[in-house]
Amino acid sequence: MAAHLKKRVYEEFTKVVQQQQEEIATKKLRLTKPSKSAALHIDLCKATSPADALQYLLQFARKPVEAESVEGVVRILLEHYYKENDPSVRLKIASLLGLLSKTAGFSPDCIMDDAINILQNEKSHQVLAQLLDTLLAIGTKLPDNQAIQMRLVDVACKHLTDTSHGVRNKCLQLLGNLGSLEKSVTKDAEGLAVRDVQKIIGDYFSDQDPRVRTAAIKAMLQLHERGLKLYQTIYTQACKLLSDDYEQVRSAAVQLIWVVSQLYPESIVPIPSSNEEIRLVDDAFGKICHMVSDGSWVVRVQASKLLGSMEQVSSHFLEQTLDKKLMSDLRRKRTAHERAKELYTSGEFSSGRKWGDDAPKEEVDTGAVNLIESGACGAFVHGLEDEMYEVRIAAVEALCMLAQSSPSFAEKCLDFLVDMFNDEIEEVRLQSIHTMRKISNNITLREDQLDTVLAVLEDSSRDIREALHELLCCTNVSTKEGIHLALVELLKNLTKYPTDRDSIWKCLKFLGSRHPTLVLPLVPELLSTHPFFDTAEPDMDDPAYIAVLVLIFNAAKTCPTMPALFSDHTFRHYAYLRDSLSHLVPALRLPGRKLVSSALSPNIMPHEDPSHQFLQQSLERVYSLQHLDPQGTQELLEFTIRDLQRLGELQSELAGVADFSATYLRCQLLLIKIMEETYKMEFMYSGVENKQVVIIHHMRLQAKALQLIVTARTARGVDPLFGMCEKFLQEVDFFQRCFIADLPHLQDSFVDKLLDLMPRLMTSKPAEVVKILHTMLRQSTFLHLPLPEQIHKASATIIEPAGESDNPLRFTSGLVVALDVDATLEHVQDPQSTVKVQVSYPDGQAQMIHPKPADFRNPGPGRHRLITQVYLSHTAWTEPCQVEVRLLLAYNSSSRIPKSPWIEGGEMSSQVETSIEGTIPFSKSVKVYIMPKPARR
Amino acid sequence: MPEIRVTPLGAGQDVGRSCILVSIAGKNVMLDCGMHMGFSDDRRFPDFSYITRSGRLTDFLDCVIISHFHLDHCGALPYFSEMVGYDGPIYMTQPTQAICPILLEDYRKIAVDKKGEANFFTSQMIKDCMKKVVAVHLHQTVQVDDELEIKAYYAGHVLGAAMFQIKVGSESVVYTGDYNMTPDRHLGAAWIDKCRPNLLITESTYATTIRDSKRCRERDFLKKVHETVERGGKVLIPVFALGRAQELCILLETFWERMDLKAPIYFSTGLTEKANHYYKLFIPWTNQKIRKTFVQRNMFEFKHIKAFDRAFADSPGPMVVFATPGMLHAGQSLQIFRKWAGNEKNMVIMPGYCVQGTVGHKILSGQRKLEMEGRQVLEVKMQVEYMSFSAHADAKGIMQLVGQAEPENVLLVHGEAKKMEFLKQKIEQEFRVSCYMPANGETVTLPTSPSIPVGISLGLLKREMAQGLLPDAKKPRLLHGTLIMKDSNFRLVSSEQALKELGLAEHQLRFTCRVHLHDTRKEQETAVRVYSHLKSVLKDHCVQHLPDGSVTVESILIQAAAHSEDPGTKVLLVSWTYQDEELGSYLTSLLKKGLPQAS
Repeated sequence: MAAHLKKRVYEEFTKVVQQQQEEIATKKLRLTKPSKSAALHIDLCKATSPADALQYLLQFARKPVEAESVEGVVRILLEHYYKENDPSVRLKIASLLGLLSKTAGFSPDCIMDDAINILQNEKSHQVLAQLLDTLLAIGTKLPDNQAIQMRLVDVACKHLTDTSHGVRNKCLQLLGNLGSLEKSVTKDAEGLAVRDVQKIIGDYFSDQDPRVRTAAIKAMLQLHERGLKLYQTIYTQACKLLSDDYEQVRSAAVQLIWVVSQLYPESIVPIPSSNEEIRLVDDAFGKICHMVSDGSWVVRVQASKLLGSMEQVSSHFLEQTLDKKLMSDLRRKRTAHERAKELYTSGEFSSGRKWGDDAPKEEVDTGAVNLIESGACGAFVHGLEDEMYEVRIAAVEALCMLAQSSPSFAEKCLDFLVDMFNDEIEEVRLQSIHTMRKISNNITLREDQLDTVLAVLEDSSRDIREALHELLCCTNVSTKEGIHLALVELLKNLTKYPTDRDSIWKCLKFLGSRHPTLVLPLVPELLSTHPFFDTAEPDMDDPAYIAVLVLIFNAAKTCPTMPALFSDHTFRHYAYLRDSLSHLVPALRLPGRKLVSSALSPNIMPHEDPSHQFLQQSLERVYSLQHLDPQGTQELLEFTIRDLQRLGELQSELAGVADFSATYLRCQLLLIKIMEETYKMEFMYSGVENKQVVIIHHMRLQAKALQLIVTARTARGVDPLFGMCEKFLQEVDFFQRCFIADLPHLQDSFVDKLLDLMPRLMTSKPAEVVKILHTMLRQSTFLHLPLPEQIHKASATIIEPAGESDNPLRFTSGLVVALDVDATLEHVQDPQSTVKVQVSYPDGQAQMIHPKPADFRNPGPGRHRLITQVYLSHTAWTEPCQVEVRLLLAYNSSSRIPKSPWIEGGEMSSQVETSIEGTIPFSKSVKVYIMPKPARR
Repeated sequence: MPEIRVTPLGAGQDVGRSCILVSIAGKNVMLDCGMHMGFSDDRRFPDFSYITRSGRLTDFLDCVIISHFHLDHCGALPYFSEMVGYDGPIYMTQPTQAICPILLEDYRKIAVDKKGEANFFTSQMIKDCMKKVVAVHLHQTVQVDDELEIKAYYAGHVLGAAMFQIKVGSESVVYTGDYNMTPDRHLGAAWIDKCRPNLLITESTYATTIRDSKRCRERDFLKKVHETVERGGKVLIPVFALGRAQELCILLETFWERMDLKAPIYFSTGLTEKANHYYKLFIPWTNQKIRKTFVQRNMFEFKHIKAFDRAFADSPGPMVVFATPGMLHAGQSLQIFRKWAGNEKNMVIMPGYCVQGTVGHKILSGQRKLEMEGRQVLEVKMQVEYMSFSAHADAKGIMQLVGQAEPENVLLVHGEAKKMEFLKQKIEQEFRVSCYMPANGETVTLPTSPSIPVGISLGLLKREMAQGLLPDAKKPRLLHGTLIMKDSNFRLVSSEQALKELGLAEHQLRFTCRVHLHDTRKEQETAVRVYSHLKSVLKDHCVQHLPDGSVTVESILIQAAAHSEDPGTKVLLVSWTYQDEELGSYLTSLLKKGLPQAS
């Protein structure tokens, strides 16, 4: 039984790989297949019934057609179209025509005449709609041909009066996509009657069919997207559509209104039933706000989303969105938010004990109360209270965007955001915490607000807590009580969820460095020092104590008076922490003590940095070398590499540059290992530009040449050499095509010379080729590696499993055990497809596991977090042993290369991207003690 | 003139014993059948004798609709159907059908067993009454008879609460019952489509109130409970068995889950347990969150909330207890209150309104020393909090619903007269529709102009459609056809078909008109001039000059002849059929103006 289970486990792992292989195989087949147009013709002639013909067509549609044979196929299809009586077959043919005209490298203008021709004789509405769709495909394929576009627009206008909504839909779509942009251009083209596309489309805003109305609005939006300036008159038309009966019409109309409001923000529109006038953007804002309480949630989502991007709206209107005049029995009442604020300013805490606490005060003038505001009143209040969480999320996002552009609004919306921390859906809570973080530069939290924020620290969801820590990192707190409160809550959190340790320490680091003056008065209390008595020395390993110290030390960095308050053991602890947790504890200028890293001074600007100069100098020294041969050069290189590496360790901001350069130098030295190293360079760093890629590839080419020489020297016989030579020459050719633009930068380099000799190489025998290569390699010079602007090394740290446990993980052999893996990834591009987990067993077996895309979280730019489960399984062992877990970065060299025209067919390149060529380990491996026990019988 | 008549028997300018009679297109419908909490004499039930003095109610009423299970909407139902006598159908939603008998039974027990009333309905009557109930689904159109149909919409007030649309032909009335436009922790918001009824009958409990955001209240509530529990205190929450109790349970349950709290939460047994069972079953009636997650976990399967036992009240440590009844006037909640009142660490939270005279009202108004029965004085040291969780739409919500449904008239019920006055004025001002607020027994009559459906033959429609070019909603279009009225059914067909159907022969009707023209030339020349003139004026019509000298415009014939007396004058004979009347008269007026002088 156990064996069977084990087999199943392995089957599951291997399945994935097999499938990929199959896909590749089918792709190859397809490429070599000849054109099928002739076969299609025979098939269609054979077909006896419409159903048969349809089957053949369907089969045919599954295979792609090469650009050269498209025209032939189209002719055959058209021929059958004329003969065919069954509308469904005609429909399929029409759709095939559309598909074929999209084929790359085929110019569809030749079939347009036919398509228009058959359009005129067609009776079936469905086929008509499909034909118009085909015409649309043709039209979009030929965006520069004015005459054709005019003709197509004419055809569309003619069919606009069709009774079927489908045909009208397609006509409008065609108009939207092809309607001419500039009148002046159309006038001289052919002298056809100039049609005002906007006017025509606008007429269909009042069509009887809601689908056509929607299509008309969408066509209008399409015109806008294509760069046509919409008329302002559309605004009033669109406003009428806001009260349409159908949700899709309203939803599209909201979009249209938004577009117009962005085009003419400053125009003045009259308010109906009064003499006043307001700016158009304000009016539109009011109207969209009104749609936030629409009956359909689709419209509500749309409206809430768009509100966020209306930044030109005046602040008066903006602030109304959070305003809801409360009343009770016609008397004005204050909102809970207002009350909280008042209590805070009056210095009292909420008693809440009285029943009449929220008793209404002033009488409200009945005439002045406006229950349905046409304006923006309370739009966000409604949006945030909506039943559907999609609407709430959209509203939170909109709040975020508006608050980022308006500090006063940010201040006002704070209360509402804080309220959202209590939402029933975790996603909404998370979103609102993130939003708060984004606007935190504009705001300062009041104590009562901080209190509510901190209450969320007890949430059982890890994501929420970590988001909140991030938020606390960048919030401004107004009082020292606030800091104290935050610290106490964070420590509470630490005891409840010890796994949050790192995140909490980091949070306190920023909290301390942001509020040094607020921390200062708290220091004696926090360190529990006493003016007269020595207190007991706290335990150095207590995470809570470390947390407190992190806060204090970071505050002390900018507050020179603080160290005076430290007791002796605090200084000792400082020295320890500065060493063990250097990323959390900054260098302090302590009285009577040397600075830990005296070379660094925070005041020096980075580009004047001596270390940077040093880096430049050492690199220049190396680049002045001409050849690889002299012995002294190699030594110099080795020294430089060592220097650079040390520099990288010391200076985290230069680590990327230094490490990158060092790796390059090492490549020069170690041409044997070059293949591996070049791949590393290419895929482990983000921010590498094309210039660098060229050099990396050049390096690889050199290495391959070297390889060839080595093989030539050692291998016997010429046969294997032929193959290798040919392959090498192909590579050179490939290189030339890929980087043709960059070749001028590579003067005097290996490849430059190689390309000069290319014609000779092509005809030479392998032995000769090897000889030439040999001399060329000797002659080739160093290439200067331009330093990229921004370069980051991809790295990963496995946080969990920690690899310290002595207790083996016991499980029954043949069954699986789930191992929680928690790792942070830095600067990994597209981790979902590139990061893999490798588990190697003591018997040499290694497994590669692809984590689910959902296991990756993205807490900040350039940072990812992998929290996944890895399933382990093995046959029984006699004693516990360690398995190694590490993270791999999968790469594929062809995915980096810019897409080029000779890679035919879009599908193929996408295929290539998903396959894996090799992997680079990029994290330290962690050992996990496991013990598969034999199953009990 | 057809009309809709509405007479509230209860809930007219009042809250309690909702009962509204509606006559629409000859059909009589009774909406809700509730009792009044304020009275214990005859006034507690609506006066059903108003409906018909003699004869059976069944003959007069076509159906009864119950909007939700609150007693002020269904409390009089057994009395009405069994004691007064009604055998017709009673419509309500499934959750209402399930929970209603439990509440009626509870009500009966209190009235008969505790107060000792005689001549009250019995358990058997409740059962018999419930047998007459027909359950309806949301958005299901139920045909009560051939003409009358009803349809339920979600109202969100309590589980199973619904708004009903009553429709006869093209006339319709929407009755909202009680509804809530802001979603809460277990129910969604009321929703209705743009059904444009002739009349919308809406509740108006909070006609003059605009409420604060729900989130603040929830947050306050949770914070207070959390703080007390952390201090080691006990929290008492007196609730009524149904509705708010479930909302607060969900609120606390999710909070406990999120915050990973360990303190126990108890729920008093009996009625509430039974009701919770129904909440578990009727998931489709709850809000988005519960509906989406119930596959993994039914939110009403409480993990942290357990049934309460009397002995638990004395056990040490923090706890939260939900106990009935909600106003602390008797029963379990009062017992627990007396036990816990002495400790200042404890807290009581009143989630709703308390009637004057109850313990709840006293402590809310700040009284710290309570006299209990037996001259005992109870000192209240525990904290007292008030928190209003109410599930009625506020003024904004009512306006929002009116805006959604777009009715022609609005009628307010279920509210106080003074507050209604304000809302009425607002509705009339904002929507420009007339608004009514009848008192009990007062009848409102609304004239309606029902539209009469006419069938049109497809051939005719297509033919006419083909003639027009662009759609233009603003322009009315002329259509030629014949209206056939046969057995109270109207059809519009083409005249040919009408003739065929009726077996009539077609008669040609021609108009002829003579136009005198001063023209000294010959007839033929005149005809040629007329031809060229018309050709230039009527560009989009087919103008022909026939070999016999006459001119035709479409089917209109024009002949020129010399005047018998005056040779200088020519007579133009214009002749057209009845169908071409428009063009014909235009042509004559054109010709009467004379021909342009030949150049």
